[in-house]
Amino acid sequence: MRAYIPSYQLTTPTSLADVLSLLANEPGIWKPFAGGTDLMVLLEAGRLDHRNYVNIWQLAELRGIEVNNDHVTLGALTTYTDVQTHPVLRTEFPMLCQAAGETGGLAVQNRGTLGGNIVNASPAADSPPALLAYDAEVELVSTQGSRWLPYQGFHTGYKQMLIRPDELLTRIRLPRNTTGATHYYRKVGTRKAQAISKVCFAGVARTNSGHVGDVRIAVGSVAPIVVRCVQTENALKDQSPDAATVKSAQATLRREISPIDDIRSTANYRLQVALNLLADFVATLKS
Amino acid sequence: MNKSEVSFKVNGRQHRVEVFPMARLLDVLREELQLTGTKEGCGEGECGACTVNIDGRIVNSCLVPVAQVDGSEITTIEGVAGEAELHAVQQAFIEHGGAQCGICTPGMVLAAIDLLERNPKPTEADIRTALAGNLCRCTGYMKIFESVVKAIE
Amino acid sequence: MDNPIGKSVPRKEGRKKVTGQALYIDDLSFPEMLHGATVRSPRPRGRIKNINFGGNIPWDEFTVVTAKDVPGANYVALILNDQPYLAEGFVNHAEEPVLLIAHRDKYLVEEARRNIAIEIEEQPAVFTLEESLAKKEIVWGEDNVFKKFLVDKGNVDEAWATADFIVEGEYETGAQEQLYIENNGAIAVANPAEGVTVWGSMQCPYYVHKALVKLFDLPDEKIRIIQTETGGGFGGKEEYPSLIAGHAALLAWKSGKPVKIIYDRAEDMAATTKRHPSRTRHKTAVSKDGKLLAMEIDFTIDGGAYCTLSPVVLSRGTIHAAGPYFCPNVRIHSRAVATNVPPHGAFRGFGAPQSIFAQERHMDQVARVVSLTPEEFRRRNFIREGETTATSQVIHERVDMNGLLDRALQLSDYHAKRERFALANSANGNRPFRKKRGIGFATFMHGAGFTGSGEVYLQSVVSAEATIDGQVQILAASTEIGQGTNTIFSQIASEALGVDFDTIEIVQPDTGRVPNSGPTVASRTSMVVGKLVESAVTALKQTLIGAGLLADGYTASGFRAACRDYVTRFGPLKASATYQPPPNIYWDDDKYQGDAYGAYAWAVYVAEVSYDELTYEARVEDFVALQEVGRVLNPVLAAGQIEGGVAQAIGFTLFENVVWKDGRMINNQMTNYIIPTPVDIPPIRVYFEENPYAYGPGGAKGIGELPMDGAAPAILNAIENATGTSFTHVPLMPELLMERHEQERSLVQG
Repeated sequence: MRAYIPSYQLTTPTSLADVLSLLANEPGIWKPFAGGTDLMVLLEAGRLDHRNYVNIWQLAELRGIEVNNDHVTLGALTTYTDVQTHPVLRTEFPMLCQAAGETGGLAVQNRGTLGGNIVNASPAADSPPALLAYDAEVELVSTQGSRWLPYQGFHTGYKQMLIRPDELLTRIRLPRNTTGATHYYRKVGTRKAQAISKVCFAGVARTNSGHVGDVRIAVGSVAPIVVRCVQTENALKDQSPDAATVKSAQATLRREISPIDDIRSTANYRLQVALNLLADFVATLKS
Repeated sequence: MNKSEVSFKVNGRQHRVEVFPMARLLDVLREELQLTGTKEGCGEGECGACTVNIDGRIVNSCLVPVAQVDGSEITTIEGVAGEAELHAVQQAFIEHGGAQCGICTPGMVLAAIDLLERNPKPTEADIRTALAGNLCRCTGYMKIFESVVKAIE
Repeated sequence: MDNPIGKSVPRKEGRKKVTGQALYIDDLSFPEMLHGATVRSPRPRGRIKNINFGGNIPWDEFTVVTAKDVPGANYVALILNDQPYLAEGFVNHAEEPVLLIAHRDKYLVEEARRNIAIEIEEQPAVFTLEESLAKKEIVWGEDNVFKKFLVDKGNVDEAWATADFIVEGEYETGAQEQLYIENNGAIAVANPAEGVTVWGSMQCPYYVHKALVKLFDLPDEKIRIIQTETGGGFGGKEEYPSLIAGHAALLAWKSGKPVKIIYDRAEDMAATTKRHPSRTRHKTAVSKDGKLLAMEIDFTIDGGAYCTLSPVVLSRGTIHAAGPYFCPNVRIHSRAVATNVPPHGAFRGFGAPQSIFAQERHMDQVARVVSLTPEEFRRRNFIREGETTATSQVIHERVDMNGLLDRALQLSDYHAKRERFALANSANGNRPFRKKRGIGFATFMHGAGFTGSGEVYLQSVVSAEATIDGQVQILAASTEIGQGTNTIFSQIASEALGVDFDTIEIVQPDTGRVPNSGPTVASRTSMVVGKLVESAVTALKQTLIGAGLLADGYTASGFRAACRDYVTRFGPLKASATYQPPPNIYWDDDKYQGDAYGAYAWAVYVAEVSYDELTYEARVEDFVALQEVGRVLNPVLAAGQIEGGVAQAIGFTLFENVVWKDGRMINNQMTNYIIPTPVDIPPIRVYFEENPYAYGPGGAKGIGELPMDGAAPAILNAIENATGTSFTHVPLMPELLMERHEQERSLVQG
């Protein structure tokens, strides 16, 4: 355990308003601390450089999953366990449930949160590809008000996001438009559980008379951010899901992603597997 | 940073400790409360040796800053056995080879008990998934699965 | 209990373990105890130029120890005594200990460590066994070679001319981290007046004792080593604890306070021993009807920066290199070489998993060349009673490898599956990527106990003492590390005495109290030391009979009464037993020839794998482990040993990849060094046969290391069956499977 614990602050305001005031009064000084499953790992490795944290785990306003006709809205503190056990998510957003079930073991799933996962901004995170493919939106709140942003485009570079230092991510919203679609999620990791992904693919599509209709594809661990593969989607849209289409879509995907060699895997492996996943996804659209 | 007061229950008993808020719950249990049954295997939330139950859910106590358990109810391995006898899972681990060196055992037992409380009739796949966050280097897991099955019987 | 041997008596210390009451080293705390930490070299080789104490740290509050503070000799007494406790002016590997610090505040110690900068004036370093063999840089001794062996049987050179086929192959294995879930740790109390006492997680208290005697230049009785409950060892706590124990003791000596050193996972993985990487080259002469005519084997292991136990690892790997076959002409050249990485050390199997991997992969290649199935080729060459091994040891027991193979293939449904898989693999599915299946096996043996005259040299002793309450205490240095020592010894003793299991107490291994029954290694604890337990308690019984206090057909309570009687009237009732070698064991250390081991366990392991063409991942779907072990002393414990060893071997084969950079392990976290989880392990189905070994208690042979040997070759043989591609390296990662697959595909497609 490599951290000098006495040098860290973790303050626990009792209300959301108090948290937002703190963030507004001392912008950049305080960072939010949710379930801790990312931050504590860094802390213990002696790599948590920031020192001042504001505890948000106690904020009931950030929990809960609401369903209306158009959207499912999840509080930022929704845990992976919460995701997996929600009936509407299981039926309409199975990729998100699958991602949640493959993030760490149960003990991590009980504490890790969607909001924390998003702002930790790892390109290897498991839920973001599903969120991107499902056209998620995120709500950012500060003392100055609140705004909704599309999750697509939220990440602008490695660990860079469109969130101000005085803002808190409070909710995630998914449009309920997945009926009749084919969902394809596959995380390829170092082992079958408790693994950081080498490649993570989320694809959702509808077919119209044997041709690809609406299609959304997002891939993780192949770039500094999780990539929504818009060009690859365009290469598939309105095409018949045959070998020629796969070939052309793969050529497009090659240009849209930029995997690297790292401690877990190689650029070549990631590229090849991503291409294979795309082909396999398209094959599921044939039936 | 100064220490602050955190209050929580462990195994039914109320505690109030003066600790650094970012101190790991694992260290507070082991050092402040002398409950050394919860173990450190990795300090990164991978091995599950530090598993405890907080408010009805299992978590890795090496990943929980103590400030976040203010007002919570925690169960550690020391709180598992009954007054007169061991929990069925503990007894099964002794008899059916679920414990070898024993270092992963407290975490395994807590994870297994949590499973059986959520799902009294798990399939083998359910057992494997429920224990996926608890690593063992001695047993190869076979006799851990068998012990859980025997505990149900 | 009647006849506890052969029964699954529950683990002796099980209750403590399942309730969290078992005390491991980090659970202990002493008044005024300081926390110690080791400051290590950041670079692999060079002169220590400067050590800078920076930051805002109250250095005057710290105890600081360097090589200058060593009271005795600054080396870890083992085989060649070349490894310093603390580097003196020069470092030979990254993570090498340079100085030690201690303070009361556990958090401050880490902060202080972070603020000590060791500057190294670098010299060229060697990182692989190939580089070491090439000798472009000499980093150890005169030629980088710690040890060499030559086994020479018959006349290999003349055999090539008679061969119908000559088959060559090269095979490699990587480093593997033991990854016991409890990190290394020690607590020491030390001062010139009273001596040194160290508590710690360890396999061999007397190894630590021997090392500290030299480190402090104190007489034997002033050093006391006590084993605490140990959370796994697997060899990783065989020789390494001498180092950490010495470090804790040096800090305690200088500070006058108890000192605890506990490694965190990152330090333990980066700095401590791992399995020796290896390279094996085979050249095999075979007749067209599949008879082995000659085997030439070249076996090299990477020992890291210091000698430590490399000669012994090399020895075991060398002796096991030719497998359970009869071949009239065998030559094995082997060597252990130095590189600038943290010294490699003991890990279950100890050289044999490396050489057996090569042998059993190679046998499948030779089979293909002579157009025989892997099974038929082996059948024509299995060693039988009366035939000689590579070291010219005559096998004097009934060995039935054919029968074992029959049974293993039947249990795994090998033939039916092979046929079925062949059909299914060539069929096309409706998805672009198939899941191919394959099945393969390995046949092997593992010698138990120390090689040759090793056991005689150890002169192991076990004592038994009866208390006034009629309890019988077993005093041995053999440690419980999860494998079941406490339970097995209790079973053996209670059976020999005809008393209840609970009458037997196993005394905590404490060099101040127990005699030296040798190290807890080499699959010797049940077979060799267990036999001494039996002898010691039997001697105790004879004393009581001789004193007229015990007659034929005595009861358990009669025995206890007799003990009470004796102790009251005559004083202490104690007996000891010293190792006696079985008759007719002859070993020539110079020629490396003769009876290498008293007993071999024999095994056939079968692995069924799936291969996913999309992700290039191979997965073990089913595993059959069949072995002949003399006698199964405790079925649950025995199966537990096999299952655990197979799981580690599956890790060795498909998951556990040490990533090196500049001679340092950089994936030294459990997140990035991957062992199988509960969802990664296949059903492991274990079966035993028993051909009693006359000199083992109840007929038992050793089995601790055996399960490490067979999985890697069986799995790669299965992958070859599934994919048609032969791989020769473990760990076999999906990235390599992908490269080969894509290469072959582009060749096919043109």
